[in-house]
Amino acid sequence: MNELITSTAAQLAEKLSAKEVSSEEVAQAHLDRIGEVDGGERGVHAFLHVNSEEALAVAREVDAIRAAGGDDAAALHPLAGVPIAIKDLIVTVGQPTTAGSRILEGWMSPYDATVIKKIRAAKLPILGKTNLDEFAMGSSTEHSAFGPTRNPWDLDRIPGGSGGGSAAAVAAFEAPLALGTDTGGSIRQPGAVTGTVGVKPTYGAVSRYGAIAMASSLDQIGPVSRSVLDAALLQELIGGHDPFDSTSLTDPFDTLVAAARNGSVEGLRIGVVKELGGEGYQAGVEARFRDAVELLRGAGAQVVEVSCPNFKYALGAYYLIMPSEVSSNLAKFDGVRYGLRVLPKDGPLTIERVMGATRAAGFGDEAKRRIILGTYALSAGYYDAYYGSAQKVRTLIQRDFDAAFAQADVLISPTAPTTAFKLGEKLDDPLAMYLNDVATIPANLAGVPGLSLPGGLADEDGLPVGIQLLAPAREDARLYRVGAALESLLEAQWGGPLLAKAPVLGGVK
Amino acid sequence: MSDATLSFDEAMEQFDPVLGFEVHVELNTKTKMFSSAPNAFGDDPNTNVNEVDLGMPGVLPVVNKAAVESSIKIGLALNCEIAESCRFARKNYFYPDTPKNFQTSQYDEPIAHNGWIDIELEDGEVFRVEIERAHMEEDAGKLTHLGGATGRIQGADYSLVDYNRAGVPLVEIVTKPIVGAGRRAPELARAYVAAIREIVKNLGVSDARMERGNVRCDANVSLMPKGATKFGIRSETKNVNSLRSVEHAVRFEIQRHAAVLAAGEKVTQETRHWHEDTRTTTSGRPKSDADDYRYFPEPDLVPIHASREWVESLRAQLPEPPAERRKRLKAAWGYSDPEFRDVVNAGVMDSIEETISAGASAAAARKWWMGEIVGRAKVADVDPAELGVSAAAIVELNGLVEGGKLNNKMAGQVLDGVIAGEGTPTQVMEARGLVLVSDDGPLLEAIDAALAAQPDVAEKIRGGKTQAVGAIVGGVMKATRGQADAGRVKELILERLGVEA
Repeated sequence: MNELITSTAAQLAEKLSAKEVSSEEVAQAHLDRIGEVDGGERGVHAFLHVNSEEALAVAREVDAIRAAGGDDAAALHPLAGVPIAIKDLIVTVGQPTTAGSRILEGWMSPYDATVIKKIRAAKLPILGKTNLDEFAMGSSTEHSAFGPTRNPWDLDRIPGGSGGGSAAAVAAFEAPLALGTDTGGSIRQPGAVTGTVGVKPTYGAVSRYGAIAMASSLDQIGPVSRSVLDAALLQELIGGHDPFDSTSLTDPFDTLVAAARNGSVEGLRIGVVKELGGEGYQAGVEARFRDAVELLRGAGAQVVEVSCPNFKYALGAYYLIMPSEVSSNLAKFDGVRYGLRVLPKDGPLTIERVMGATRAAGFGDEAKRRIILGTYALSAGYYDAYYGSAQKVRTLIQRDFDAAFAQADVLISPTAPTTAFKLGEKLDDPLAMYLNDVATIPANLAGVPGLSLPGGLADEDGLPVGIQLLAPAREDARLYRVGAALESLLEAQWGGPLLAKAPVLGGVK
Repeated sequence: MSDATLSFDEAMEQFDPVLGFEVHVELNTKTKMFSSAPNAFGDDPNTNVNEVDLGMPGVLPVVNKAAVESSIKIGLALNCEIAESCRFARKNYFYPDTPKNFQTSQYDEPIAHNGWIDIELEDGEVFRVEIERAHMEEDAGKLTHLGGATGRIQGADYSLVDYNRAGVPLVEIVTKPIVGAGRRAPELARAYVAAIREIVKNLGVSDARMERGNVRCDANVSLMPKGATKFGIRSETKNVNSLRSVEHAVRFEIQRHAAVLAAGEKVTQETRHWHEDTRTTTSGRPKSDADDYRYFPEPDLVPIHASREWVESLRAQLPEPPAERRKRLKAAWGYSDPEFRDVVNAGVMDSIEETISAGASAAAARKWWMGEIVGRAKVADVDPAELGVSAAAIVELNGLVEGGKLNNKMAGQVLDGVIAGEGTPTQVMEARGLVLVSDDGPLLEAIDAALAAQPDVAEKIRGGKTQAVGAIVGGVMKATRGQADAGRVKELILERLGVEA
């Protein structure tokens, strides 16, 4: 395969600044790759929209600035000219934003998300918008209104979700970097099942302004990449305080790249979460997880077992809080101001009936399921039992984390209980689908950061396994330091990145 | 279909009214409650909006600090406790004037609670109205329903939405139930809303123009049998948006409830629409306490912490409360009750205060404003202050009269000139050639002529009927076209006739 597309973002950045390659060549190579593997019957289908023209224009602009030299060239961001793909939940001027839903099909945002403004300012060519479960609701990307994305490791399998498009794009070498959003694991679980890196930053570390809200108190934008360092480079670029997001933190988060460049675990206490393993976890997943823990121990980490007894309530609490917020956040999609408008087939044309017909036609089953659940959970007479209790569980989970972090500097667990399952396998069994997020959800409920990185292949199916690291809130740098260390230990074993073992798509070597 | 009513007197014989008010005050901040779009009235539809106000996908609210300050000031002016920490919640309901299909409002944690204000009725009787809470929220957009007979959404062919008002900061002031007003309930209703309007205007936090919807009132009314303590079932008359309407709506609802109860029936708990033309209400939608808005804490906003230092610094900035100010000014000026009430009702209290501080006596200031300017304003159909007569001009004009340079009649002409923009009183006086004749020579000539013309009057005066001198003075004033000092003329006449004044 073309080295321009297999390089990490950090490697590309070096080649670009050394003028070994041009940004245009890099962008074009990725656009070619998208053309080669993304479309067609058996295509990856990571992209909902490809933004060729603008991506090339930005790339040429970067090349021109580099060619001219001087202050402007010196002021270029290290990632300038490195292409990126954007989860189609994040609004962009000049490209459609669908959230994977019919209800927004064809809608063009009049404004850019804060993270997009930062990406544009740093001049990363935007390759396009990636597929997702409708409004980020799902763990397989099968709930996209525009068809599922396929896992590059096995095209009959799911790429995880909701950010399956971003993870698959990065795993299939269609983009070196992508943005995801993570409400219950939507960055980390796709990372795990596609053999890529995904980070959910501390809640508030990255502005949510312009990320179409699923569950406001849980959503967080984060990086998707093929290396821990690349993720750090991207999080530093998109993070920082934003006056347009009241929940945005004022902490600088400016030591992430340094942490990723100085990976080490010497003397660190690594906590194995007792409750995140055992029943429901695939044998091959547990085996790779144990290997990773042993590697860390061998590198000088002190491994301790920690218990988080309330994690068993996390999934239940999540499926009350998240749908409650969903039911309110998705109320605005009513056909009145933008997006789809459907008129009732017969009967009077009243506003209620137009809103009803629009929402009936525009939302898919999973969105409807969660809107109904949430509407019920917030109803008078049920609020205390459902939403109220779930918020109490949230507090208990935060206390579990506090206690665990008193014993360990970072926690470790498998990211997902299984490797990628077959397309369609769990589509009719929402509970089985929801269980895929059992290990990732606690971090969202507590607002702490989590990172997933490839831990190898499961013996029984040869598919990627993800290792999750968790750190206390605002300690994202710690994740990058430990993640980078584990990554280099594993890659030393494998003799290179895990993705080198992936089947070659597109028939071009 | 019109509802039966009892006469107000009959209603009062049998029942005690209980009132409650929800007054919405639109704040006059530069920008909206949660966005940087302008908060302005009267612009073209959907021009003062951005992506936040339109509820575009992905947007987030940011609380307007100035609106929080204004809300705290209102809370303090209503003698409320200000919460150290309070939150916003989402009130979920589908309606096209609310772009997100939820309103961001305060629910169980209002910024201000537990206050009171004293309401003084026209005759001086004072009622204390207790305030339950004052909370912050955002206004909705404005819907115009076209094609139907009623202007309501039911039956309309289509509706237009203007989101300029969506997101305008509101403070909703909710009273505790007001009992004991008896037959003064309608009057108290009016006075309460007037007091709220005056307070927010005095604080400078709202333009407080009811005709623009800056202050809007929902009036709750229920009746209980005389002497009872258990409240009856209430109705809520929405959007009663003038002081007169508030009084009439409460009166109508009392009479309507009385008729229902007197007939042995139950009042329906519902919202009512007010009709200014017929001074009646009609049934709106049924309202129950179980209306389910699925409130939950707004996850996109963090709690607001009002530090005690901040609250105290805002308290220190509060202007003098209007009622206290009136009390102080009345005492300082020495006006009688009716004199002061007339000044207040004429809307010239501020102007008189300015005129006095510019150097006029309280009596002179009242004479000019009440005696001269208010009448002219009425003719011109404007507020007295809008005539543009400065305090300095009045002091100058008053000085010209007291210094004997003008008589009252001439001063009135000078005032007209000042209002017409002809310059200062002195400039007008000179330009118009208005000079008081004070040289006794020409005056004596005119007096002799007047005495000769009315010999019988002259005889009466000589005979001691000095009050008859007015007729001769009138003749002299006419002959001098008003440019004589009437007082001096009178003296000279009496002197001429050898009569002691």
